[in-house]
Amino acid sequence: MATTVTNIEKLVGKRIRRKEDPRLITGTATYVEDIKLPGMHHAVIVRSPHGAANIKGVDISKAAALPGVAAVFTGADITGVGSVVCGADLPGLRKPVHHILAQSRVYYVGHPVAVVVATDRYIAADGADLVEVDYEVTQAVTDPEKALAEGAPAVHPEWPDNKAFVFLQKGGDMEKAFADAEVVVKQRITSQRLVPNAMETRGVVADWLQAEHSLTLFTSTQIPHLARTILAGQLGIDENRVRVVAPEVGGGFGSKLNVYAEEALMGFISRKIGKPVKWIESRRENFLVTIHGRGHVDYFEIAAKRDGTILGLKLKLIQDLGAYHQLLTPAIPTLSVLMMPGLYNFRNIDAEVIGTFTNCVPTDAYRGAGRPEATHGIERMVDLLAAELNMDPAVIRFKNFVQPDQFPFPTATGLNYDSGDYGATLQKALDTIGYDDLRKQQAAARLEGRLMGIGISTYGELCAFGPSPATPAGGWESATVRVEPSGKVTIHTGTSPHGQGQETSFAQLAADELGVSMDDIVVLHGDTSVIPYGIGTFGSRNTAVGGPALFYALQDIKEKVKKFGKMLLKSENVVFENGKCTCQVSGKEVTFQTIAGAAYRAMQLPPDTDPGLVATKFWEPSNFAFPFGAHIIVSEVDRETGQIEIKRYVAVDDIGNQLNPLLVEGQVHGGAAQGLGQALWEHGIYDDNGQLMTGEFMDYAMPRASMMPWVECSHTTTPSPVNPLGVKGVGEAGTIGSTPAMVNSVMDALMPLGIRHLDMPLTPEKVWKAINGAA
Amino acid sequence: MIANAFEYTAPQSLDEALGLIAGGAKPLSGGMSLIPMMKLRLAAPEHLVDLARLKELNYIREENGELHIGAAVTHYEVESSPLLLGKCPLLAETAAHIGDIQVRNMGTLGGSVAHADPASDYPAALQALEAGIVLRSAGGARTVSAKDFFIDTFTTALEPGEIVSEIVVPVEPGLTGTSYQKCKHQASGFAVVGIAVRARRENGVVSLIRVGVTGLSGSSYRAENVEAALQGVEPTGEAIRAAAGLVAHSVDASADMQASSEYRKHLASVYTAKAIHAALSRSA
Amino acid sequence: MTRAISLTINGKHYEHDVEPRLLLIHYLREVAGLTGSHMGCETSLCGACTVELDGKAIKSCTMFAVQANGANIVTIEGLASPEGKLHPMQEAFWNEHALQCGFCTPGMIMVSKQIVERNPSPTDTEIREGLDGNICRCTGYQHIVNAVRTAAKAGA
Repeated sequence: MATTVTNIEKLVGKRIRRKEDPRLITGTATYVEDIKLPGMHHAVIVRSPHGAANIKGVDISKAAALPGVAAVFTGADITGVGSVVCGADLPGLRKPVHHILAQSRVYYVGHPVAVVVATDRYIAADGADLVEVDYEVTQAVTDPEKALAEGAPAVHPEWPDNKAFVFLQKGGDMEKAFADAEVVVKQRITSQRLVPNAMETRGVVADWLQAEHSLTLFTSTQIPHLARTILAGQLGIDENRVRVVAPEVGGGFGSKLNVYAEEALMGFISRKIGKPVKWIESRRENFLVTIHGRGHVDYFEIAAKRDGTILGLKLKLIQDLGAYHQLLTPAIPTLSVLMMPGLYNFRNIDAEVIGTFTNCVPTDAYRGAGRPEATHGIERMVDLLAAELNMDPAVIRFKNFVQPDQFPFPTATGLNYDSGDYGATLQKALDTIGYDDLRKQQAAARLEGRLMGIGISTYGELCAFGPSPATPAGGWESATVRVEPSGKVTIHTGTSPHGQGQETSFAQLAADELGVSMDDIVVLHGDTSVIPYGIGTFGSRNTAVGGPALFYALQDIKEKVKKFGKMLLKSENVVFENGKCTCQVSGKEVTFQTIAGAAYRAMQLPPDTDPGLVATKFWEPSNFAFPFGAHIIVSEVDRETGQIEIKRYVAVDDIGNQLNPLLVEGQVHGGAAQGLGQALWEHGIYDDNGQLMTGEFMDYAMPRASMMPWVECSHTTTPSPVNPLGVKGVGEAGTIGSTPAMVNSVMDALMPLGIRHLDMPLTPEKVWKAINGAA
Repeated sequence: MIANAFEYTAPQSLDEALGLIAGGAKPLSGGMSLIPMMKLRLAAPEHLVDLARLKELNYIREENGELHIGAAVTHYEVESSPLLLGKCPLLAETAAHIGDIQVRNMGTLGGSVAHADPASDYPAALQALEAGIVLRSAGGARTVSAKDFFIDTFTTALEPGEIVSEIVVPVEPGLTGTSYQKCKHQASGFAVVGIAVRARRENGVVSLIRVGVTGLSGSSYRAENVEAALQGVEPTGEAIRAAAGLVAHSVDASADMQASSEYRKHLASVYTAKAIHAALSRSA
Repeated sequence: MTRAISLTINGKHYEHDVEPRLLLIHYLREVAGLTGSHMGCETSLCGACTVELDGKAIKSCTMFAVQANGANIVTIEGLASPEGKLHPMQEAFWNEHALQCGFCTPGMIMVSKQIVERNPSPTDTEIREGLDGNICRCTGYQHIVNAVRTAAKAGA
């Protein structure tokens, strides 16, 4: 429940209901699909039904003849348009040229082959059905381990080993770690392909204005500025003549941290036909052609002493890349490597990542992007080690945590953890759930033959992306504070929130700093013609990078306000507080609003001061921020059916300071749902021919209300020293913490049967088979 | 996601509708199955005849010891009908398991039965209830038993030109207990298996038992071997377990990503036992 | 070939000639200009398109506009009073932070309204089952459950 807002009291830290919501709850928000432009045409894309095939011919004559069809384009028509951009680089990375329409070959089901443009979307759909493509089907390969096997079909014939890259990272002395080890535990752990499934699919409206040589492109994206830079390059239009607008965006979760073929394609079409054109992705297309997440096969080896001290961790990571690289595809598994040590104090790691092409849609950033896989890996390995040593999973974690006096803590993977008290967070979670008592209940349940499990996950993550050297396009963020002559405040943020709530939390911050009402503040984002260059929204960075940018811009405003205050109050002894400059000698006051007016009328100016009241700040973080937490799940497995019941879920997250705890809770809940989705239900399954077998909501199990447990949320607070707000970021925390807690819980339940490990998702049948195999 | 073009008629009477259907038009009722298939262009009927609002198909009434339910009655109406809740709670309970609120508000009993999706819920109940299904065409009407109606996946006893117009269920004395137990597909909500049981216990033994099965195979069926194993028997836990274990005997069980045929058969026996227990516990 | 339909949406009368294959969701969004209801899937499984038709919550992506001839429809745009006073369910969604990206929200509010109309004091389990035809990818549903419970208590 939100508290209501009154001015003067500080707003940061309060549960304030969102400024975004009135338009969203009344159905008056504008998403891409809601945009209608005069003369607008509609595009429907013809896509490959095959995982791998040569295109022998495309016959568009019937489609082109259909009344209402304005144009049909195929791969032959798009010469001159740049290919889809991959922004990541690794030594020796093989980058296939990724045309916006297939040329002579298709590489995955859904690969765009042709596009039909018509006056009406129904006609465009009819036209797409009339395009005849002659395919010569070839053998596909969809399993990354099969793709690496000798004699596997080559996804790209020029690289018969299907390897896009091999990335190695070592830290410490692994040979010594394994020589010193008294116990080594090995396990193959997969992180299955997931379909992000933002509820709003992607969509684009492109509008070329020939007279201006300019393109306006409305697109459902998390990165409008990066999209503009990339699209300008692909289409050969001056960057300042491309306007990208991310209107209301209906969820992204990383899937819209990308610039897709369709965005350039619509720009190309609008320019060709001289009309605006709209493309709205169907859900089926969203399953088939918007990036997937995860897609790991991991081989872990953990070395330890018998007392539970972890000495080192080895990882061989086979990343299913899909057929192409999207914006960040090859970089994602390297994030897994960075976070492979988790919250633990060992200094020896050895990782090999094999980026593998398959005839599937590319994988890329999906909520957590590499860190959920890493956390699942280390948290499973710690539990397996605990089981091997007959130790309590909580005890082994306490024993290995990085300690509070070790920060900043340099990890074996080259990171520098900013701050934390991992033990305190776990202890709080254990106390909240009543751990000792639960273990007694579990012992009693086991005597009755019931399969009760208690699963712990203590996760860490790197977020607040990030220092620029670690982020391909720059890791800073921008903010502009524009005080209008009336004293009303307009904020421009370079982040591109789409549900996270920065229109509210940034207004809270600004209201506190400037002493104005939240109602007097408007936060704008997502339009490159209005907002100074920004990086966008991903990697839990809105508050942790965009927030400090705003904070510093506000400080500049306050400085200038004070200058005007001093001038108007004719005193050097002036403070600016609660929206007023006050002379500490005379007690005279002048309001923020009066000062704003004076700054624009400029009848008189303070020394060395320009008129106006606007400040822009580009802020570069010196480090990532590292939130952490402890999630504990109690479950019971039905021996007869393998069905899993979640009895309790306690989440204690430490994300540093919180601007708005109501919004933080929402992020944790949503993250937990996606994490449980991976643990229990969701799986993007390709068959050997490249067909996505779970390519609709009919087959792909999304978390629904009745499937979700009540999540008991609480927090510890360790401010981050990286930024002046002390915030860390919460966008991905729930997703990262929940998955291993769930799987560890089920594995704990099954432990009396001698079952060590099962791969996700833990479907009832998989669990049932394991129970029967063990019996 | 855009259907092929078609012609649409909202007839004024059942006779008009049947005339059009005799001419090859396809009946549309709630559309919960047909419209998604049309949008995916897996179905492309040329002419739809909308039965949903025909008064002649919208009724639930009791006559001569039988309940008569018109085909265009929605799942929500079945689920919430005081008459059915009182006199045929199994059908109401089963309807409440279908899809979701919105689907139950639109989807109709007749439409669902005629579509004969092997994972739909009603067939289990209709088998257990030994319901009659009235099939009507321009030429007249006939009644077939649920057992004879459901033949295979999307295949029924319907002849060209016929529609399902009514479901007939005999009203039973209050002694009988019923239950529908469903293992829900995690993605679609359809039945992985669904078991409907109608049973009566008298003098400590099972005096009546009917078991209807859906989801397990291409068609719903009556598990007569389970029924035979319990008829006249004291329903101990062991007896029920043993009888339920027969439910999938010699059945060619379906397999999909949610459940292999082996697991599906196992689930069928587990849910059969659950449904028998629940039905008997409700038997007076 | 088109057919004439006439219907009432949010208290206003509409008459149009439409192609029989025009989905109700497209009619509402593109013909009537009411873009609050959203299309989230094609298979009737996400509920983002939920509107009220003659008092019943239905998925407007799984109905042709011609089927709605003569119907009385209420969409998300019709819930608040003409003066802008929010419906209690809208107010509850706002207060409880029951939405993030907002795309599923119109459908969620419309089905929640039906849940409470039919069951004025639902348990959390009943609320969750009632929401099962609607997918939200952002919230994990917990705040939505809070909102429906709160609205029910407020007599929504």
